[in-house]
Amino acid sequence: MAALTTFLWGALPYLAVALLISGTVWRYRYDRFGWTTRSSELYESRLLRIGSPLFHVGLLFVIAGHVVGLFVPQSWTDAVGLHESAYHALALALGVVAGVLTFGGLALLIWRRRTTGPVFLGTTRNDKVMYVFLVAALGTGLATTLINAFGATYNYRDTVSPWLRGLFRLVPDTGLMARVPTEYHVHVTVALLLFALLPFTRLVHAFTAPVAYLFRPYVVYRSRDDARRPGTARPRRGWEGTGP
Amino acid sequence: MRVMAQIAMVMNLDKCIGCHTCSVTCKQTWTNRAGVEYVWFNNVETRPGQGYPRRYEDQDRWRGGWELTRRGRLRPRSGGRLRRLASIFANPLLPGIRDYYEPWTYDYRTLTEAPAGDDFPVAAPRSLISGERMDTIPWSANWDDNLGGMPGHGPDDPVLARMSQKVRLEFEQSFMFYLPRICEHCLNPSCVAACPSGALYKREEDGIVLVDQDRCRGWRMCVTGCPYKKVYFNHRTGKAEKCTFCYPRVEAGLPTVCSETCVGRLRNLGVLLYDADRVREAAATPREQDLYEAQLSLFLDPHDPAVAGAAERAGIPLAWLDAARRSPVYDLIATHRVALPLHPEYRTMPMVWYVPPLSPVVESLTATGHDGEDEHNLFGAIASLRIPVAYLAELFSAGNTGPVDTALRRLAAMRAHRRRLNLGERPDASIAGSVGMSTEQLDDMYRLLALAKYEDRYVIPTAAVGDARALEESALGGCSLDFEGGPGMGGGHGSGPFGEASGRPAPATVETFHALRARATDDRPADTAGPGARVNLLNWDGNGRPDGLFPPRTGRDGDDADGDGDGDGDGRRR
Repeated sequence: MAALTTFLWGALPYLAVALLISGTVWRYRYDRFGWTTRSSELYESRLLRIGSPLFHVGLLFVIAGHVVGLFVPQSWTDAVGLHESAYHALALALGVVAGVLTFGGLALLIWRRRTTGPVFLGTTRNDKVMYVFLVAALGTGLATTLINAFGATYNYRDTVSPWLRGLFRLVPDTGLMARVPTEYHVHVTVALLLFALLPFTRLVHAFTAPVAYLFRPYVVYRSRDDARRPGTARPRRGWEGTGP
Repeated sequence: MRVMAQIAMVMNLDKCIGCHTCSVTCKQTWTNRAGVEYVWFNNVETRPGQGYPRRYEDQDRWRGGWELTRRGRLRPRSGGRLRRLASIFANPLLPGIRDYYEPWTYDYRTLTEAPAGDDFPVAAPRSLISGERMDTIPWSANWDDNLGGMPGHGPDDPVLARMSQKVRLEFEQSFMFYLPRICEHCLNPSCVAACPSGALYKREEDGIVLVDQDRCRGWRMCVTGCPYKKVYFNHRTGKAEKCTFCYPRVEAGLPTVCSETCVGRLRNLGVLLYDADRVREAAATPREQDLYEAQLSLFLDPHDPAVAGAAERAGIPLAWLDAARRSPVYDLIATHRVALPLHPEYRTMPMVWYVPPLSPVVESLTATGHDGEDEHNLFGAIASLRIPVAYLAELFSAGNTGPVDTALRRLAAMRAHRRRLNLGERPDASIAGSVGMSTEQLDDMYRLLALAKYEDRYVIPTAAVGDARALEESALGGCSLDFEGGPGMGGGHGSGPFGEASGRPAPATVETFHALRARATDDRPADTAGPGARVNLLNWDGNGRPDGLFPPRTGRDGDDADGDGDGDGDGRRR
C-alpha cells in the first residue's frame, strides 16, 4: 500500500508530465501536419454551435478554477479576508456551474458524434480512447465537486493543493494525498493519465491557441526562402547586406 | 515605394466555351484525394447562375472580404481580431457541406459482379461523406451549367437579385456566358487576414497566396474570410487547402495546369509590378465604384526607369523585370484597359482579371439581322443593350458601367478594325480613334486576344534565374534538401556540437574563402585535404598532385600509372 501511495502521488505525476512534455515536443517535431482541431463543422453545425462553445468556455472556467484552487495557498485568501467557508461556497457554486456547462457541452458533442453519420465516420480509434479519458476526468471532477457540495464538505486546500505545489518544488508529500477521500484519488489519477495521453490526441490543438493573432498585422508576407538552405543562417541584426 | 512582383492572370471570357477542361485537369492534378472530393480549385460557372458554392457572392450572408469601419479603416467583414477569436469554437459563417454539395461515388461493384439475368444492373450513388446510399443527387459543383434549372434557380443568382425583375427576365432570355474562377491571389487577401494561426501567407517573390500545411490548425476562418470561397477545408486532414497557382510549375517557368490545358487559349499569365506600400490605402478607397481605378493606380509601369531602379533596389531579379515589360497581363490590364477585376467591391484587390465577353452582344445583334461586326452597329448595341452591361458591371466594377463600357467598345473596335483588314479594305484610323486607341494598339490587342500564341500568353520568369545568386551557396554545400529537419536531417560533412552531422555545414563561400587564404599564404602546395578527402578543384592552385585529386588506382604501382610515359599519370602524352 505504501508503495502504491509513493508511486501514485510521488512518481506518476512526474511520469505523466514527462510524457506530456516529451510527447508534445516529439509531436511538434514529427507530426506538425497532424496538429489540427480536425473540425467536423463542415458536416454538421446545428448541434456544434451549441455544444462546442458550452464545452470550451466551460473548460476555460474549469481550468481557471483549478489554477486558483491549487496554486493560491489558503493563507493568501485568508490574508485578503476571504474566509475559508466563504471561499468554499464561492468555489463550489462556480465549480458546479462550470462543471455542468462543460460536461453538458461534452455530452452533447459526444451524442452528436455518435448519431451524425459523417461525424461518426470521421472518428478515429484515437479519438474514442481520448473521449473515454476526457469523460472520465471531467466526470470524476464534477462528481467530486457535487459530493463536496451536497455531501460531506472537504477542504482540499489543506491536502491536495500543498501536495501539488510540493510536486513543483520536487518534494512531494505523498502522505498528504494518502489521507484524501477516494473520489479525489480517482480524479487525480485519471487526470494524470489524461495529461500523459494528451500529446498523442487531437487535444494538442489547445497548445496552439492562436493568441498571437491579436498582435500581428492582418496580411502575412513570407519569402519562398524561409525554409533555410544549408549554411544560410540569417545574418545578425545590422549585418543584413545592401543588395539582393 | 516598395516594388513587389506578382504573377497575375487575365482570362478572356469571349473565348470561353465552358468545356470545364481547366476544372477537370486541375482536379486531377490537385484534389483527386479523400477529404477534398468537393473541392474545385478551378471551377467554371454559367452566368447568370448561383456559382460555387451556392450563392457565394451573397456577402450579407457569408460576410467575406473587407469592410470599412466608421473611421475609414479596413476590417474583415466577418469581424476584427477579438470577434474572430470569440467565434473560434463554432463559426456561424462557415458554409456547410450542403452549400457545396455532397460528393458521391457509385457502387461500381454491383455492375461488375451482377449475375447474368434479365434486368440491367444499376450502380447506385453512395455518399463520400456519410458512406450511405443516396436516393437522389440534389446538387453538384455545376448543377446549373448552361442555365440548367434556370426557372427554379434563376432568382438565386445574387448578382441578378440586385437587378429589377424585368431586367432579370430579359437577361435570362437573352444572355449567357461562362466564368472560370480560381483563387484570386489578392493583393490584400482577407483569407490571410482571417487566419488565426498565421498559416496562410502571400509570397514576397511572386504574390502567390499559400497555406502552410504544417502551421494550419484547422480553425476554418479562412473559408469565412475569402469572399470568393476559394479556400476549402479538407475534412479528412482537418487543414485548409486552396489553389496554389500551380507554384511548382510557375517556379519552373511553366503555366498553371488550368492555363496549359485551356482549349480556348483564353488565359494569360504574366508579371505585374505593384507598389506594396499603397495597397492598404487603395483597398480603403471610400467609394466601391472607385476601387477599380484605385487598384489600377497600384500597378507600376515596368518601362519607367524610375520603377526599374526601385525594382532592382527591392531585390527583384532582372529576369523578372524583363518579364514584366513583356507581360501580356500588364498590357491587357493597364495599357489597353480591357481586363477588369472580379468583384473589386470586396476590397481584396484580386489579381485574376477578366476581359468581359462581347460575344453575347454580337450574337444578339446578328440574331436581329444586323451586321454583328460593323463598328457602328456594335457601339450602338453596347449602348442600347444596357442589361448585359449592367450585369457585367455588377461583376467587374461594383456596378459602375463605365469601365465595362470602355472594355466592350474597345473589343468591338478591334473586331471591326480586323474585319476591314480581313476583307482587304484599308484600315480606318477613326475606328481606333473612337475608342481612344491607336491602330497599332488594336493590332496588339488582336495579337494578345485573337492570335494568342503560347509564348505571348505565358510570359513567366523562372524562380531559378532569380535565385541563381543564392544557389551559389548551396551548390557545393551538398543536397539542397539536406538541411536540418529535411531529408537526411542536416548536412553530412563536418561535425557539430552533438557529434557527426549535427549543426549546419559550413557555407560554400566560407569554405572557399578559407581555402583561398590558405593557398595565398601557404608556402606548400595546396594539399591540405589529406588522403581520402576530396579536392575542391576551384581552390586547387595547380601545384603538385594532391592525394585526393584522383581516385586510387588498382593494378601495378609506380609513378607512371597510366603508362603514357610522361610520368604525370594524366593519360596525355606531351
